[in-house]
Amino acid sequence: MLLRSGAGLLAALVLFGWLNCPAGAQHGQDPVPSASSAPPSGANPTAQAVTEEQLLQEMQKLEGRVSIPDYKAALLEQPQGRGYQFFHEGLLPWLMGVLIVAMVAGLALFFLLRGRIVTDAPQTGIKIRRFNVLERATHWMTATCFIVLALTGLNYVFGKRLLFPLIGPDAFAAFAQWSKLAHTATAWPFMLGLLLMAALWVRGNLPDRHDWRWLRELGGFTSGTHPPAGRFNAGQKLIFWSVVIFGLVLSATGIIMMFPFWTLDINGMQLAQYGHASAASVLIAIIIAHIYIGTLGMAGAYDAMGKGEVDLTWAREHHSLWAEEQQPRVRARDDGAGTAGAPAE
Amino acid sequence: MARLKFLCDADRCIECNACVTACKNEHDVPWGINRRRVVTLNDGKPGERSVSMACMHCTEAPCAAVCPVDCFYTTADGVVLHSKDLCIGCGYCFYACPFGAPQYPRAGNFGSRGKMDKCTYCAGGPEQDSAELEYAKYGRNRLEEGKLPLCAEMCSTKSLLAGDGEIIARIYKERVVKRGYGSGAWGWKTAYRETIST
Repeated sequence: MLLRSGAGLLAALVLFGWLNCPAGAQHGQDPVPSASSAPPSGANPTAQAVTEEQLLQEMQKLEGRVSIPDYKAALLEQPQGRGYQFFHEGLLPWLMGVLIVAMVAGLALFFLLRGRIVTDAPQTGIKIRRFNVLERATHWMTATCFIVLALTGLNYVFGKRLLFPLIGPDAFAAFAQWSKLAHTATAWPFMLGLLLMAALWVRGNLPDRHDWRWLRELGGFTSGTHPPAGRFNAGQKLIFWSVVIFGLVLSATGIIMMFPFWTLDINGMQLAQYGHASAASVLIAIIIAHIYIGTLGMAGAYDAMGKGEVDLTWAREHHSLWAEEQQPRVRARDDGAGTAGAPAE
Repeated sequence: MARLKFLCDADRCIECNACVTACKNEHDVPWGINRRRVVTLNDGKPGERSVSMACMHCTEAPCAAVCPVDCFYTTADGVVLHSKDLCIGCGYCFYACPFGAPQYPRAGNFGSRGKMDKCTYCAGGPEQDSAELEYAKYGRNRLEEGKLPLCAEMCSTKSLLAGDGEIIARIYKERVVKRGYGSGAWGWKTAYRETIST
């Protein structure tokens, strides 16, 4: 370093003199001798050392340097683990349990009061194509994966509480090992199906002006009226968007957990678990309602996704606007069937 | 009955890593797994502190609570052990552990961590019939031989203390009184929900 001016030289001298003071160099300040609190063994080497409590208050967790080539090992203490314990054992079983039991109980009550929803008018025998092969295949692939994921996921929380006492530690551990593998394996086709479903049905699920009335009348489920609806009514739109949003949350947090510590640190991993488990709790409850209304709850609804076709009466009552749109096609097909003698499938 | 605990007197730890080496050697711990490690806080700065850390064998252990297959158990001496036969390698115990104690033999992608490994307080595992199998899975069972964990026994500055919680707390308190300072029992509040008042 070249010092060209006298002022610079002076500054350098001052700096050199300060650096020469060993106490100042080591502690950044002059040691203040305190006569009263001097420890019997001489200088107190911890006078400037921070305590665990101070560090925890400042940094929430204690991280330092470690000679092991694994950055995770540099974490000395993260009291957030106790918070994770509380979420996992204190909160989550209740959140999941209450949501699922409440949904099942609510649906059972609804079934007792309302019974199976059947069409007002008799069946016409005329069928309208509702979901094509691609749509159905996508739905059932995603649905199968979801059920496997939900059951194996619930096993992480309730397995040790419900299944473990029945089959014993060894059998349960073996089952849990396989269900863990199933959970990570079915996650991929689920995510593929989720994206496909989102692409296939997003157009029909955009909100429109009929949704508000449908929601206000609760779809006519309780009153027996039939508020107008397009291809998807507001209830189905809610299911669709719940699946898309919670499904994406589950996918993102799931990928994070499949590649642990790839991008996030320990607290990030804990947050991913909180998000994954909470989203799963809500989506499982929603899907239970979806399964109910698609099978037991409403006559004719299963055919839509099972056979891909619904009766014209069903379509007119539950999806009046969509049935209207489909009318020309139905007529054309009827005419075609009448003249050519074979359905143009 | 004793309540076995670890206590690292951070004012004495010189970061020699003998405890780490002793542990690795005694239990034939595989490459990549560290049951004990020394973490240095404020390295190279005033107030630098090194703390030797392993499984603290917590009271109401978080790892045991969150384990989805209940593979953990606490011995009568308060040592937290686990069964590698039951462990499914889900990794929950690592998220729950306040001290980063659980270790896994594999990288962990797609949840393939392998069986969890951690400090056993030199007390082996649930393998009752075969000492050989117990050694292969969990390391040496020194406690059964009437010996304390080797890390603490080896500690050259007697910074790391192992033994009954009340006894090691008393030793630590005496030290603090005699030398006039002490940075406290690191991790005790989180692990045992109590700390040593000095």
